[in-house]
Amino acid sequence: MSGPLEPVARTSPKTKLLPENDKNELMPLIEKNASLDTSIGLSEANASDYIALLKPRVMSLVVFTGFVGLMAAPGQINPVLAAIAILCIAVGAGASGALNMWYDADIDAIMKRTAKRPIPAGRISREEVLTFGLLLSVFSVVTLGLFVNLLSAFLLAFTIFFYAVVYTMWLKRSTPQNIVIGGAAGAFPPMIGWVAVTNSISMESIVLFMIIFLWTPPHFWALSLFMSDDYEKAKIPMMPNVMGEASTKFQIFLYTLLVAPVAVLPWVMGFAGPVYGVFSIAMGAAFLGYAWSVWRSPVGEAMMRPAKKMFAFSIFYLFSLYAVLLGEILVRKALLVAGA
Amino acid sequence: MSNDRVTLTDKQRRAQRSRSIALAVALAAFVVIVYVGTWAKLGANILSRPM
Repeated sequence: MSGPLEPVARTSPKTKLLPENDKNELMPLIEKNASLDTSIGLSEANASDYIALLKPRVMSLVVFTGFVGLMAAPGQINPVLAAIAILCIAVGAGASGALNMWYDADIDAIMKRTAKRPIPAGRISREEVLTFGLLLSVFSVVTLGLFVNLLSAFLLAFTIFFYAVVYTMWLKRSTPQNIVIGGAAGAFPPMIGWVAVTNSISMESIVLFMIIFLWTPPHFWALSLFMSDDYEKAKIPMMPNVMGEASTKFQIFLYTLLVAPVAVLPWVMGFAGPVYGVFSIAMGAAFLGYAWSVWRSPVGEAMMRPAKKMFAFSIFYLFSLYAVLLGEILVRKALLVAGA
Repeated sequence: MSNDRVTLTDKQRRAQRSRSIALAVALAAFVVIVYVGTWAKLGANILSRPM
């Protein structure tokens, strides 16, 4: 090898969706973080940085809801193939998270909540993340298709596409309805789990989808109420920044009014038992109570306590609904085995 | 030919080792998944190979 070794830029930030004057402000910010290593571009990224790209906390909820969908479905699936299905759903969800971080590196650098992610922190380049995300997407979809069934693989591919392209590249920066429509991506996992067993999309799987789909707006809008400054800085058109706080609070209440009865449907339709029925009614009433207090809270209040409480409760609400559904299914299966 | 060589810092060496181990684990896991998955999917038919 001859000649001096040229420095290699660790990232090439994307700012095309932002106005020219904002690009000028952003570029040095990312470049500053991105050029920690100026010798040759050797990476200092650990395996944990690559795991962080998969958004492990989001992935855990995806795995859980996917598993509940798989267990709730009628019929049998080989346990090994069930485990492969869940793994593929997890990796697919992680891949879409990585693709999201690849595309959103510029706005991640601005927001407090995301500024320490591997790309804005300068530990991994955008190109590496793109390759990582695409590779995991292909592997997860192909593996699911080969070992489970083609319909579930198609749904997983569609979910990745929907999150990475429809939500991240299109909706997120262009409409305050971004998380309403984009919420579909997070709602697919239980349906994929269901389809992995039955190889068909039924009303029950659509109900499992709808619970998460309708839960997403109140969950995210509660967050965006007390993080609106961050979203404003990054110029993301979240509902509070575009329509105002009062309108957002009212819409949170409306969506909670929708999700509460829909969450009872598994019991009404007969694929969940009375314990789930009573629990979902009680939790729906509590969720509505939180939404009511958010709606009635004074506009412009700095602490946003009702919104913070509602955000925390929303996570517990979804998790506990699916946990009770799973618990009932497991008890039912255990009783069947004991009776047989 | 000059003697330009890349010398890794301790941090870079540790990071490289961490990535290498993770990649090896991921590859080994994938091999196991394909092997076990094939058995689970095909069962006894795995021995049935009509020409």
